[in-house]
Amino acid sequence: MIIHRHDVVVVGAGLAGLYAALMTSDKVDTAVVSKVYPTRSHSGAAQGGCAASLGNEVEDHWEWHFYDTVRGSDFLGDQDAQEILVKEAPLVIYECEHMGVPFSRTPEGKIAQRPFGGHFGNFGKTPMRRSCYAADRTGHAQLHTLFEQCLKRGVRLYNEFFLLHLIVRDDRCYGGVAWDLRHGGLHCFHAKAVMLATGGYARAWKITTNSMSNTGDGLSLVLRAGLPLEDMEFVQFHPTGLYRSGILVSEAARGEGGYLINGKGERFMERYAPEKMELAPRDVISRSEQTEIDEGRGINGEAYVHLDLRHLGREAIMEKLPQIHELAWKFAGVDCIEEPIPIQPSAHYAMGGIPTDVHGQVLKDEKKTPVVGLYAAGECACVSNHGANRLGTNSTLDCCVYGRRSGIAMAKFVAEEGELLPDLPEGAAEPARELVTRIFKSKGKERMVEIREQLRETMTENMGVFRTEDSMSKALRVVKELQERYKELSIQDKSQQFNTEFMEAVELGYLLDFVEPIIVGGLARKESRGAHFRKDFPQRDDKNWLKHTLAWKTEEGIRLGYKPVVITRFPPEERKY
Amino acid sequence: MPTRRFKIFRYNPHTDERPRYQEYEVQVPTGSTVLDALNEIKWTQDGTLTYRRSCRHGICGSCAMTINGANMLACEAQVHTLKRDPIVVEPLRSFPVIKDLVVDMDGFFDKLLLVKPYLIVKTPPPTDKERYQSPEDRKLLDGAYECILCGACTSSCPSFWADKEFLGPAALLKAYRFIFDTRDEGVQERLDVLDNKHGLWRCHTIFNCVEACPKGLNPTWAIGELKKKVISEKF
Repeated sequence: MIIHRHDVVVVGAGLAGLYAALMTSDKVDTAVVSKVYPTRSHSGAAQGGCAASLGNEVEDHWEWHFYDTVRGSDFLGDQDAQEILVKEAPLVIYECEHMGVPFSRTPEGKIAQRPFGGHFGNFGKTPMRRSCYAADRTGHAQLHTLFEQCLKRGVRLYNEFFLLHLIVRDDRCYGGVAWDLRHGGLHCFHAKAVMLATGGYARAWKITTNSMSNTGDGLSLVLRAGLPLEDMEFVQFHPTGLYRSGILVSEAARGEGGYLINGKGERFMERYAPEKMELAPRDVISRSEQTEIDEGRGINGEAYVHLDLRHLGREAIMEKLPQIHELAWKFAGVDCIEEPIPIQPSAHYAMGGIPTDVHGQVLKDEKKTPVVGLYAAGECACVSNHGANRLGTNSTLDCCVYGRRSGIAMAKFVAEEGELLPDLPEGAAEPARELVTRIFKSKGKERMVEIREQLRETMTENMGVFRTEDSMSKALRVVKELQERYKELSIQDKSQQFNTEFMEAVELGYLLDFVEPIIVGGLARKESRGAHFRKDFPQRDDKNWLKHTLAWKTEEGIRLGYKPVVITRFPPEERKY
Repeated sequence: MPTRRFKIFRYNPHTDERPRYQEYEVQVPTGSTVLDALNEIKWTQDGTLTYRRSCRHGICGSCAMTINGANMLACEAQVHTLKRDPIVVEPLRSFPVIKDLVVDMDGFFDKLLLVKPYLIVKTPPPTDKERYQSPEDRKLLDGAYECILCGACTSSCPSFWADKEFLGPAALLKAYRFIFDTRDEGVQERLDVLDNKHGLWRCHTIFNCVEACPKGLNPTWAIGELKKKVISEKF
């Protein structure tokens, strides 16, 4: 096996991973390992913007952004982390601009800002323009700019290398083992510091906004290393996924003034969020839509409602929402200047993930004991910035702020560690070798597509916008059964070169691992908070459930633990929009 | 449910003596894209069929390929708009094949690097705020910053077919994106690589790139603007 030695190895080349690499690469030897070319990363699909209280268009303050983020998280976010997120937001936006991000501009040449759901002025009272944007291609513009900067600084990129195993022993990470997709074969990445920036995992749902690559690789590798995941039951459903495909239609469409209309032609948000209407947070809107659909007020009684942009006019749509216009046309056959867009809630974003401290260091228990040399940031991590529900435009912000912080922390850690790289533990790569052998050699009868599609249908049906004891128990039963069937999986493609069937088989293993904590955590949490809504427990219960879930994978199944929420400034209050 | 026939290029240089075409018949529900059909084949008929894909909505740039002779993104190609039967699917032309529809993009990205595809600034930016740029100046980047680096344009370019050293439309459009960014001060540093027989002057305005671009961009126009710029810088 080829062994690569670097001071820092970042896994994942989206916004969080590349930002971290930029922070370490001028100080220490840095490599980025990614299963896709960096510009293919899912950060590039982010559309609407990146939040920061620049106050370029209307008065704004970080405290207002802080309050909105806390309230948006349904008070489950850790306020120490959230305070850092909003305070450092202007800094990363300016840094992005200095690196070359082509932001849209105000008439006087400042970075333009638009309204977005859940963001307000004066502690939830007045309309706000906080989202810094590059038309509706903000993530694309940021991702390409960070990639370009990595090229400029000569960051070592291992493209199309797919992580199979994380080497963790006795609370220390030594690196990981990856599969060279192009040539076949295992490569060991031996490092002083490893950062997971592997993104989200909404591919576990049938209707999702996510890329096919978003299979939660880093999360399942952390579980397999005996470390916990945090708050996995909190998964955001985006209110405006295209009907059937789930493809994202940016919240910017509502930020710019789009309406949501039901089958009776009503702006139904009047009933659910009379004040903020279409600019209520995503969890609120997705529940409202689903209620309309469930009660027969979808369009023609079908499982979708309309997003209507017609009143904005051609000029505004083409200037500010050109990609939405393109997507609606290409994937729903709708010209949104002339017709409304059919939309439905679509699995979108993981609030939970790998528990970290505010420097990105991974934590292994309720007492927040750190794992030496292991970091995580972006959607795969849980600091927790987003608690039970994330606000739009806070995700790319999270990637930038906490990717950056993780990079700074890793550079410092490596400098303090000195020259020597600790020896790899014995047999470090064995689990990866076994995995490869098992999948290539298996003569089992099970086929990938059946297991995967059944999983995704089960998750959409039972772990969606609304959940109950029954639906979640059913999901758990199905997942257990599919995990067993997975052991009998075999693949047809036995070649070493660019074996995407092998990759999909490993990814399916990841999907089946991380969904279990989502369901078990959801079953245990007998309350409704943010995106986790139980019809059998429709109220938030701060007395019993104002706490973070931790979930470990054990021989006996998922073991749960809890840790308190950090509250520094805003005590929980009723959440109304 | 309607079905369509697909004739797909198959080749693994490590194991196959020569490329071949394989036919498949696939169910195509209304709204199916070529990517949906490829997935259907891979998942239910032939797990060895190999292609890149990720976002499935035209932003990641993974799945550019040649479909009925034209370069496009498989995820955006609606099956019902493709009249020829069977639908012929091939890897992007003029890039080395790794396997089936997957091509080696390393050379493509190496060309990108040659044009210094990043903002070059000599004047330090303000420390605690953004550089200002007027909306009119920012507008110069529209039609360039949207490039998803899928390679459809460069692969379609006859000048690139004839001269593998040619930078190609994607790298040149990237050069445009920076040289026409009013914040950039790197035009001189990019002149040599542009003003070169493998650079701008290799473009003979054939416009294939414009036809191939899935994002509706116009690299040929941008190359024209760069030619004017280079001449005005030099003389």
